[in-house]
Amino acid sequence: MSDFIFDKVESGLLRKDLPRLSPGDSVKVHVKVREGEKERVQLFQGTIIAIRGGGLRTTFTVRKVSNGIGVERVFPLHGPVIDKIDVVRHNRVRRAKLYFLRKKLGKAGRLKEVRDTSAD
Amino acid sequence: MAKGIIGKKLGMTQIFNEQGQVVPVTVIQAGPCVVVQRKTSAKEGYEAVQIGFVDPVSGKRASKPEKGHCEKLGVAPVRVLRELRVEADDPAKPGDSVLVTQFSEKAKVHVTGVSKGKGFAGVVKRHHFRGGRATHGSMFHRAPGSIGGSSDPSRVYPGIRMGGHLGAEQVTVRNLEVAKVDAENNLLLVKGAVPGPKGGYVVVKQEA
Repeated sequence: MSDFIFDKVESGLLRKDLPRLSPGDSVKVHVKVREGEKERVQLFQGTIIAIRGGGLRTTFTVRKVSNGIGVERVFPLHGPVIDKIDVVRHNRVRRAKLYFLRKKLGKAGRLKEVRDTSAD
Repeated sequence: MAKGIIGKKLGMTQIFNEQGQVVPVTVIQAGPCVVVQRKTSAKEGYEAVQIGFVDPVSGKRASKPEKGHCEKLGVAPVRVLRELRVEADDPAKPGDSVLVTQFSEKAKVHVTGVSKGKGFAGVVKRHHFRGGRATHGSMFHRAPGSIGGSSDPSRVYPGIRMGGHLGAEQVTVRNLEVAKVDAENNLLLVKGAVPGPKGGYVVVKQEA
């Protein structure tokens, strides 16, 4: 009984408006940024190289190469800072954590796209 | 009445605040509670309100003395009873309900519970002694070391910290922030950790 109530608390806080993400996806993350009083949306586009945690604690890491410098950002999946997420491309990867991409520069860091998303 | 309620610790999770930051919270099933008895200095020698935690099975599971105590005061049987000290002019009477709605968000509360029992614990766990080196020929690991002098004073001074029973004692964590009040489900989300295991009973109080 108690566990049931507890689960209800957690599941009530989960966001259901976001697409299913998987490692290797190229995504555009629309991030809410607050500047003083005003709030605006900033875009962070890159590849998901890791998804960690479960339930409310889930976070994902997006990596992009900006002006030749690798930039990684970790987002809480269910946090309010995320306005929305667009999955641009679904890539074929064979592992859950793509940390090897950090050492691949330029063309070596490309991933192959999977077009058939119905198989998911 | 003094602000206080009996709760059951359900577990910990995290929520997001307005800034989008993660806040660790403990979910407490806080009541509903009912006033069972009003103790007065004339009769019992001190001023207090005895409240009981209302749960669906206590009607069936309450022992005879528990039932008898509640029946005498005209309230449905409850099993978990706690007392809150009040002022002499407090108007609470048996049957009054005590709900989470008395707390507001951002309020500071004190949470009292019985901590998890650790059994017989050594001096490292119990008193945070540093212990010795694990390897490189060390023969001193988690022992307490010297507990005093030799022939002078020929005894161990009282109060020397040693191993022994740890935990399972009353602990109060003060000034925890109320993160959220869910009146519909009688839940209280308190920022930070609270003493005791999941399912343990706690008293949440707010100082006036």
